[in-house]
Amino acid sequence: MNSASAPPALRFENVEKRYGNLFALRQVNLNVFAGETIALAGRNGSGKTTLLRVAAGLVRPSRGTVTIDGQSDPRVAACQLAGFVGHQTMLYEELTAEENLRLFARLHGLNDAGSRLGTVLGDAGLLERRASLVRTFSRGMRQRLTIVRALLHRPALLLLDEPATGLDVPGIAWLAETLRRLQAAGCTMLFSVHGASEISALATRALRLEAGAIVADSQSGANTTSILSLAGS
Amino acid sequence: MALLQNAGVLLEKELRAELRSRELVTTTVVFILMVVVLFSFTFDPTSVESRRFGPGMLWLAFLFAASLMLQPCFLREQVNDTLSALRLSVGDPFAILLAKVCANTLFLLLTELLLLPIFAVLYNVAIRDILPSLALVFFAGSVGVCVTGTAISAISAQARMRELLLPLLLLPLLTPVLIASTEATAALLAEDHVLRWDWLGFLLAFDVIFLTALWLFGEYLLEE
Repeated sequence: MNSASAPPALRFENVEKRYGNLFALRQVNLNVFAGETIALAGRNGSGKTTLLRVAAGLVRPSRGTVTIDGQSDPRVAACQLAGFVGHQTMLYEELTAEENLRLFARLHGLNDAGSRLGTVLGDAGLLERRASLVRTFSRGMRQRLTIVRALLHRPALLLLDEPATGLDVPGIAWLAETLRRLQAAGCTMLFSVHGASEISALATRALRLEAGAIVADSQSGANTTSILSLAGS
Repeated sequence: MALLQNAGVLLEKELRAELRSRELVTTTVVFILMVVVLFSFTFDPTSVESRRFGPGMLWLAFLFAASLMLQPCFLREQVNDTLSALRLSVGDPFAILLAKVCANTLFLLLTELLLLPIFAVLYNVAIRDILPSLALVFFAGSVGVCVTGTAISAISAQARMRELLLPLLLLPLLTPVLIASTEATAALLAEDHVLRWDWLGFLLAFDVIFLTALWLFGEYLLEE
């Protein structure tokens, strides 16, 4: 899985992101190999969200390069290969759950959208509310739909920014089961977490960020559990 | 091909959202109606005066109304960060801008269509014989307003003081469109009803140039 000969699914080379004088990311060098599940830990403002948004090509780094599967334009590569869940729901509140998913399915060029929508909505426990406007959904239901939207085009790389936000206990169990299934199917995952949880337990590798820099990596000998618990403390 | 397909899908989304909320068209219609009616009551223009000042007043009203309509165009996409979802779903970001331009142009044209008969009645101007030519001028002018407005809306949505920034940037930039549209409309409303191809050509050239610029720099406009 972490074979050094395999090309990385995601690669950061000397990546920096600055907002004025503030460094959101500094000298990030990271290789994420296909099939890895990486938990990204760190306190608020440590750079987790920026790192994920740079990885998705949503934010252009001030310095350095990001490649996804060897492609140098991360946004174009992310379109084809990545699923992204951010802090916000990324859903249209004036559209129904089904209309939201159909919109993104059509943009991704999915031909089997009709049958797939029913399946994914059923998996998320939202089948009965498929025709309801998203604005009538609870926070947890929106988060489930957000996650489903990110998985719609069967991405090979998943970038999740605190994906358990707003989910109740059954919701977190559903998310953990979904991620476990994707992990078994060989999907590469990079997600941010706060401390040890059912989701972070899936990680095969953990990174800790401080002030925009990676200060601990379980691949370099640090213990995954200690990285996650330190970040959560 | 994928570009047009994606733009079509996104245009459908824009129309569906507007059909449900009716926010943009309602606001714009009410605004232009107020300007047209208030101007008519205040100055009580004769038919000659109407032909002279009417086109300018009408296009100024369209311009201010468009700046109202264009303001939420990208702000709506920021509420739930749907713009990021769109950027991660379409290969060419120009599809997002093209859909917005088409939707905004349709909304503005619809508004103009609703307001034109009221303008004709209040200002005692005959428009029946010049409707096709008038439609052409309105179309070319509206595309110019919406192409430029969509670009500025994308820029201003990510800035501080965004509510102020859009009209401040948009209105000076649209001065050539205002002049050309007003002159072309005035020539049509004049007694000899002339379609001024020079002004129409100017408007079409403006549309093409700004649409090309939008296509070339679209990705940078949508970046965080």
